[in-house]
Amino acid sequence: MSERPVSAEDVAAAVRGHSQVCAVGGGTKRPLVGAGVPIELSALSGITEYEASEYTFTAMAGTPVGEVEDALRAKGQYLPFDPLFVEAGATLGGTVASGLSGPGRFRYGGIRDFLIGVQFVDGRGQLVRSGGKVVKNAAGFDLPKFMVGSLGRFGIMTELSFKVFPAPVGSVTLKVACPDSAEAMERLAEISSSRWEADALDYQGGEGALFLRLGGPRKALDLLSQEIGNRWPGEVTRLENGAIWTDVKEARWGAGTHLAKVPVTPSRIVDLEEGLASLEGVQSWYSSGGAVAWLSFDGSDREALDRRLTDCGLAGLTVRGEGGGSPWLGQRESGKILGAVKIALDPEGKFPAT
Amino acid sequence: MNQSALNELSALLPAERVMTQDAHLAAYESDGLTAFKARPRAVVVPETAEEVIEVVRWCHEREVPFVARGSGTSLSGGSLPVEDGIVIALNRLNRILEVDPIDRVAVVEPGVINLDVSRAAEQYGLHFAPDPSSQSICTIGGNVAFNSGGAHCLKYGMTSNHVMGLKAVLATGEAVEFGGRSREQIGPDLTGLFCGSEGLFGVGLEFTLRLLPKAEDFHTVLAGYGSLEEAGSAVSAVIESGLLPGALEIMDALAIEAAEAAVACGYPKGAEAVLIVELEGPVEKVAAEREQLDRILKDTNSFEVRVAANAEERMTIWRGRKSAFSAVGRLSPDFIVQDGVVPRSRLGEALRRIGEMSKETGLRVANVFHAGDGNLHPLILYDGRVEGGLERAEALAGRILEMCVEMGGSITGEHGVGMEKRDFLPGMFSDYDIAVMKRVRAAFDPKEVANPGKMFPGAEAPALSQHGLHPLEKAGVISRE
Repeated sequence: MSERPVSAEDVAAAVRGHSQVCAVGGGTKRPLVGAGVPIELSALSGITEYEASEYTFTAMAGTPVGEVEDALRAKGQYLPFDPLFVEAGATLGGTVASGLSGPGRFRYGGIRDFLIGVQFVDGRGQLVRSGGKVVKNAAGFDLPKFMVGSLGRFGIMTELSFKVFPAPVGSVTLKVACPDSAEAMERLAEISSSRWEADALDYQGGEGALFLRLGGPRKALDLLSQEIGNRWPGEVTRLENGAIWTDVKEARWGAGTHLAKVPVTPSRIVDLEEGLASLEGVQSWYSSGGAVAWLSFDGSDREALDRRLTDCGLAGLTVRGEGGGSPWLGQRESGKILGAVKIALDPEGKFPAT
Repeated sequence: MNQSALNELSALLPAERVMTQDAHLAAYESDGLTAFKARPRAVVVPETAEEVIEVVRWCHEREVPFVARGSGTSLSGGSLPVEDGIVIALNRLNRILEVDPIDRVAVVEPGVINLDVSRAAEQYGLHFAPDPSSQSICTIGGNVAFNSGGAHCLKYGMTSNHVMGLKAVLATGEAVEFGGRSREQIGPDLTGLFCGSEGLFGVGLEFTLRLLPKAEDFHTVLAGYGSLEEAGSAVSAVIESGLLPGALEIMDALAIEAAEAAVACGYPKGAEAVLIVELEGPVEKVAAEREQLDRILKDTNSFEVRVAANAEERMTIWRGRKSAFSAVGRLSPDFIVQDGVVPRSRLGEALRRIGEMSKETGLRVANVFHAGDGNLHPLILYDGRVEGGLERAEALAGRILEMCVEMGGSITGEHGVGMEKRDFLPGMFSDYDIAVMKRVRAAFDPKEVANPGKMFPGAEAPALSQHGLHPLEKAGVISRE
């Protein structure tokens, strides 16, 4: 049994009509789907407002992110946080609920920084609006931010408003080979605080290489690339195209069946790399200037990885891979307040438990 | 407050840090929104997070309302005391605990001055992006509570975009830690929810802030126009070009006159409006983009375009803009600063209508605004000594807010709803939306002791007029003799 609502009111009715429901978008992050009657949001699709000169758009939650990106591209704009799994069919709602951002979050922030308004159905089966449709707004509690990463546990989003930016007129990708992870981290820190203003900065653990993307006028990019090349002679390669970023966004760089997101900071990466060294099946990719570790692994390594992350004092979220079970890895945190907010928004527990 | 309650409160802190005398309390009666006044019963001055937690727990147990306060610069009356409640002055929790150039974060206490964060980060080539005009006095705690903005929001967002984690004591007395040091997180974004909650959830005690590299180069242009409309069209032209300036600001003739009188910023003579555009980034990028910007501005009707040749000239241009609010104080005994937002494409229309309303009511209105994000700051001039002066100014402010909502904008871009705009919240949200917000508030503060009377409209607000029993009386702490 599943529901396929065609309007926000339909979603509300579906929530009222069942004792347990769970929103499903493009199905690109299966481990995050919880128990309950699936509410398939694929019919709740389409951009409802897009005024390029406002730097904002509003779309229904089931809209494929790819459709949004196409519409933005036609007007020279983009979502700077590089949404994930776009080619795989991720929807806007699922992207918010999972709270995932790609390499581009490095420069201007993640999905939390670009979501400006939501309409959602709460656990009482009522439609709620929060935030707004203009780029700047401080009225009322910021429930849109709370929805980021909330995994559909507090409401089913039906409509979303985003801030967007003009896309850089040109971009260049550089690969910086590094002798070891300690040296790589020094370079990462240097680039992060440098005058160059990279749009993206990732580190591939296994390969021992940094990847950076610069955006802007072509003339400026050539000069900046040259300077970066001179900074580490013989170790900087200008790549033909930006295909590497698509590999990151679609998580094609790893061989494992599973993928987990682990928030980190640059100063923790060397430790984590050492911690992961004995887990041979685990591959790592550090994105957004070292703010997140993506780990690729097979289901058989799940338990060992869970323990290792706990030892490192880190927490992770499994976003891809079959096998069921909890998506959470490593250190678990549970505050009383989250339970209280859950009761405020979903008193009968219609949505999956937090 | 009777002696026994005072004793209880005083036992939590050394006597000299619990102020109850009128002469001391008077200093805390108002904040940046001076039209409102309320006398607290006591002001406490904690020096540690533990002391704040103790005080909040006491308030929760005794059901005594409290308001946390930094420098009291709120323009929405956000830190206005609750009549006969407690003010928790956080100015002594002003330590910058850490600046980490590797993780690019600063960990600070709530009483730290906004500008001091950037000053501490400067040695690493980093800065804290949110820059409200009051940044040399306003505190991070207040910035977080009201999600403050500044001139660079279009490109860098508001305060909440720069807070990755925080420690707080909730209104229930529970000490919590949200988010962390990483720019990324998993699970619902409680840090994001706490930011901008206007002090209704509790008191933030420690914030982990995102630091960004300082731009290497700036290209700051000041253009004079014969009308606001022309300046507005120039903004559209810049936006449509695909450039992403760090700042896009407009001031009208009255605001220019005030700024000129206050800081002699030397803006173009005879301008009905000036536009400030600032590009920033690596030298090479700014060099390429400035050619584009110069071309665009040449095609607009500016009668004078001035480019800051060096850092000093840049500061002079900004000094005029940043002084505008206080400068207007020279033109009029009193004024109200509004903070509505309209879709950028309707800026011209909004300004025209504000001009009409100004004529109609005979109240002068100076306009200073963040044109890049449609955030208006009409300054409504009035004389509070004239009977009905404040009321007429407030009525005009209300009409402007209604216009913003009607145009699909917001009643506040960066000052928060606070005391001032709480009655306009229903213009933006349905009764049910507000009911949901109140349920969320109740999750954090079931007894409504944290900054009650702010944000939400209606009967629950005890802030301005105290009817019925005193909160301490209701709590059984005091009684009438």
